[in-house]
Amino acid sequence: MKEFKAVAVVVVAMAAVPLLGVSNVTLNFLIVALMIALAGQGWNVLGGYGGQYSFGHAAFFGTGAYVTAVLQVRYGVNAWIAFALGIAGGALVGAIVGGLTFRSGLRGSYFALVTLAFAEVLRILASVAPVTGAGVGTLVRLDLRPASLQFQSRAAFYWMILALVAIALIVTQRIERSRFGVWLVAVRENEDAAAALGVNATAIKLIAMMISGAITAAAGCFYVQYFLFIDSGLAYGTWISIEALLTPIIGGVGTVFGPLLGALVVRAMGEAAQLVTGGEAPGLDLVIYGCVLVLIIWFAPRGLMGGLTQLRSRLFRPAPAAKVGHG
Amino acid sequence: MLSPAILTAAIVNGLLTGAVYALIALGLTLVYGVLHIINFAHGALLTAAMFAAYFAYRALGIDPYFAVILLAPAFFGVGYALQRFVIGPASHGDDRNMLLVTLGLAVVIENALLFAFRADTRTVDLPYALDGIDLGFIFLPLPRLIGFVTVFAVTLALWLLMTATDTGRAIRAVAKEKLGAELAGIDVAHIYAVTFGLGTACVAIAACLLIPSYYVNPSAGNAFVLVAFTIVVLGGMGSVPGALIGGLVIGVVESLSSLFLGESLGQIGIFLLFIAVLLVRPRGLFGARA
Amino acid sequence: MSDHKFPLNRRRFLASTAVGAASAALGTIAMPTVLRAAGTPVKLGVLHPVTGALSYSGQQGRLGATLAIDEINAAGGIKALGGAKIDPVLGDAQSTPDGGVAEVEKMNSAGVSCIVGGYASNICLATTQAAARYDLPYVVDVGVADSIVTRGLKNTFRFGPGFGVIAKTALDNLVAINDGAGKPAKTVVIVHEDSLFGSGLAKLLNTQLPGKGFQVVDTIAHPTPTRDFNTIVLKIKAANPDLVIPANYYNEYVLLARTMLQQHVRPKAIYSVLGGAASSYKFVKEFPDAAKGIMDCNHWFNPLSDKAQALKKQVEAKGQFFTYEVYLNYSCVGLIADALERAGSTDRPKILAALDNSTWSGHIMPYGPTKFVNGQNQGAAPCNTQVQANDIKVILPAKFANAKPIFPMPA
Repeated sequence: MKEFKAVAVVVVAMAAVPLLGVSNVTLNFLIVALMIALAGQGWNVLGGYGGQYSFGHAAFFGTGAYVTAVLQVRYGVNAWIAFALGIAGGALVGAIVGGLTFRSGLRGSYFALVTLAFAEVLRILASVAPVTGAGVGTLVRLDLRPASLQFQSRAAFYWMILALVAIALIVTQRIERSRFGVWLVAVRENEDAAAALGVNATAIKLIAMMISGAITAAAGCFYVQYFLFIDSGLAYGTWISIEALLTPIIGGVGTVFGPLLGALVVRAMGEAAQLVTGGEAPGLDLVIYGCVLVLIIWFAPRGLMGGLTQLRSRLFRPAPAAKVGHG
Repeated sequence: MLSPAILTAAIVNGLLTGAVYALIALGLTLVYGVLHIINFAHGALLTAAMFAAYFAYRALGIDPYFAVILLAPAFFGVGYALQRFVIGPASHGDDRNMLLVTLGLAVVIENALLFAFRADTRTVDLPYALDGIDLGFIFLPLPRLIGFVTVFAVTLALWLLMTATDTGRAIRAVAKEKLGAELAGIDVAHIYAVTFGLGTACVAIAACLLIPSYYVNPSAGNAFVLVAFTIVVLGGMGSVPGALIGGLVIGVVESLSSLFLGESLGQIGIFLLFIAVLLVRPRGLFGARA
Repeated sequence: MSDHKFPLNRRRFLASTAVGAASAALGTIAMPTVLRAAGTPVKLGVLHPVTGALSYSGQQGRLGATLAIDEINAAGGIKALGGAKIDPVLGDAQSTPDGGVAEVEKMNSAGVSCIVGGYASNICLATTQAAARYDLPYVVDVGVADSIVTRGLKNTFRFGPGFGVIAKTALDNLVAINDGAGKPAKTVVIVHEDSLFGSGLAKLLNTQLPGKGFQVVDTIAHPTPTRDFNTIVLKIKAANPDLVIPANYYNEYVLLARTMLQQHVRPKAIYSVLGGAASSYKFVKEFPDAAKGIMDCNHWFNPLSDKAQALKKQVEAKGQFFTYEVYLNYSCVGLIADALERAGSTDRPKILAALDNSTWSGHIMPYGPTKFVNGQNQGAAPCNTQVQANDIKVILPAKFANAKPIFPMPA
């Protein structure tokens, strides 16, 4: 369990935050940031480790959200079960989309665009299908009891999303250190070479996509429990596809903590930009946000984790080899 | 719904609309074909160009079709500068970072427009907007007809540029084999910037064609981005004639799906076609083998 | 653009932690009135989507609210609180529910006594709920979804009508107008935007129109935004209805009307319900030909009110259009000020009670005195308007009308 030390430290530190008496403003900020981080963690499995950049992760987020909402509202299913089924739904969509696209050998930008198309198709279907409430959306009844997976206190929601993020961190770390992870990275680095060495690239990518879909779907399920309302634009809109890829890339693709760091930094940037400009000038805060985004990429091209690693290796440069041949 | 008059009218509408989509896609396909990046800032640049066309008319009294002469070179310059001095250096040559840089740019451009011009929707009402040719089952307004012809003219001009000029040859060389082109003495950074400039110029012309029938506000361009991507894939990434044919096809598909399935569900026709093309023939109609 | 003088508009994100700590410990924030010196400004949260897709409406809403606040402050503030001025805490919902919720949290931390705004139904659903956690009074400015006031939230009040009432009024008025002209209209095509307000309205109309003697030939949904209306207009032309009923946002409405004009599609009447542009001065000014004769059943101010006319002039002098977001928000702020006067305190429960038993007629809407049942103002109803002689006239209800309907439209 030593390998999980870093994860444990981070999670425990973050779990202590509500106990420090922070305001609900901060808690709400962190909850949303963690939810976005979770979506990004899902993306990171497929995109960071697998190298398959998806522009349509909304497909998983929205599926998780709708399954959770519709099962509760239309079929009276218990919230916890609906949540679990939402995650399963994400994995299922991952299997379908992955099955179709990887079988056809789509890669790179083609893959990215086809995932975008899938997300759009789902969005359009959700906006007209009666079962999702079509344009009106689905409203989950306010019922602040743990049995309905809704909580009176913000802190409870915080710990809930933190637990999900922690699970995703552990899953990511396990993947990183497993044979599956090695194959996945091999596929990322050079799919043809990996295949030549006997790696079943299609199967690996498919599994990665299912895991990816499940994790991002969990973020969608959480969205519904927290905001209690979902419609096709919120569920399958490009906003979440963009957040899901933005945060890992900023934070550092293919790293365990990248999405988490990226989400916290990107969200904090948005808040800071708003603070600086006050409420007076709509648009100006986002101009600043966009500029900072470009600057981050300019000066930390491997993401923030990459930047941190560089910093660390520079600070803790090992002493020049002095004890050579001490035999 | 199935009468031949309605069907023909729908197809004609689709062609007219599709032509403008094609021009927007043209800019995107050039940038993709050469720089191998999906330009997230495309919609925002279209919006900026539409604002420019709007102000050219309102403030300077220049008819949008004549504004093309002014705006195409101006936006070529804007695109060139963006790629040369911002996108290129910021992304350190990594395709994936270029994606995020264009995304950041999109946010900056859209919100700068919001900050500068507020959110009001603005429109241009040309005196001849209601003139046109009446074919009985359909009325063809003059602005749309002019737009249609212009798109063909621009596509032809661009195709000639790509095949018959040195710059065009250089662009195609860089698209095919960057390292080799560099070794052959081509200034890749310059060619990248020229390509981006051309793409932005296309978008500027499309903006002038759109403004008589559409409207402009800080998020107006975003509505055309996904359609443009679809056309790029259908026509083949990097193919000029592909963008034109793809645009026309998509315009007709959109029109017919909307006729049969309703406008909301009908949008699905575009994306299903998109997915089908990608699964069956990813290089599109005219694209090079991936 | 709002350019408010008060320096306390900046949201104190990190500084709010101290206040937040106390509130977290107490569970809810309760402003002890004993600590309030007379004349301390009352904080009012003004929440609108001023960036993102809904930015125009958000900015208009903010304009209306801030104009009301300025006016009240200039007239001496809240007398019952020792002349306390209203201090607006401006918030940007960024056109998303989560953006709105984040602002509610900040406003609560900043110690607002009440929040006004939200605009879009899906934003209001989330923000009213977030405010309910703190028993923070919330007055919805526009958001027409019925679900906003049927969730049993004690803190939520809506001053304007919900779409149940709007659809019913629209239908009743349509029958009245049609009957009054000898029933020339029978067939209907509904064109609606496909999200919450459009779909909900279309559903209601579809269930109720046949019972009133109309036949719905087609119901056409479209996304927001829609790039091109030519196919939709083709379908309308093919269906050749007597009546077209549009329910959508401003941009799409304009495109639809222009395309209908271009394709020479002129039904006996265009009768919109919550039509995005049908009762918009901007539309009438910029497209007089396309706007001629269009009827709308929508939010409208009381044309007989001098105060309303004065406000209209004031807004137009600023170079803005007098749109429904402006006067609804203006009235909502007035409602809150009245509640503050009667509560005589910034205690949230007292404000809630004051709103609950409010019978205020100092507003500029054609609603009569306010009366809230489950948070919904009972007197709230839309008006029927028609574009006549390049102006927007009220044709129903008769009490507020300043013109007679012209129906059917002259060919």
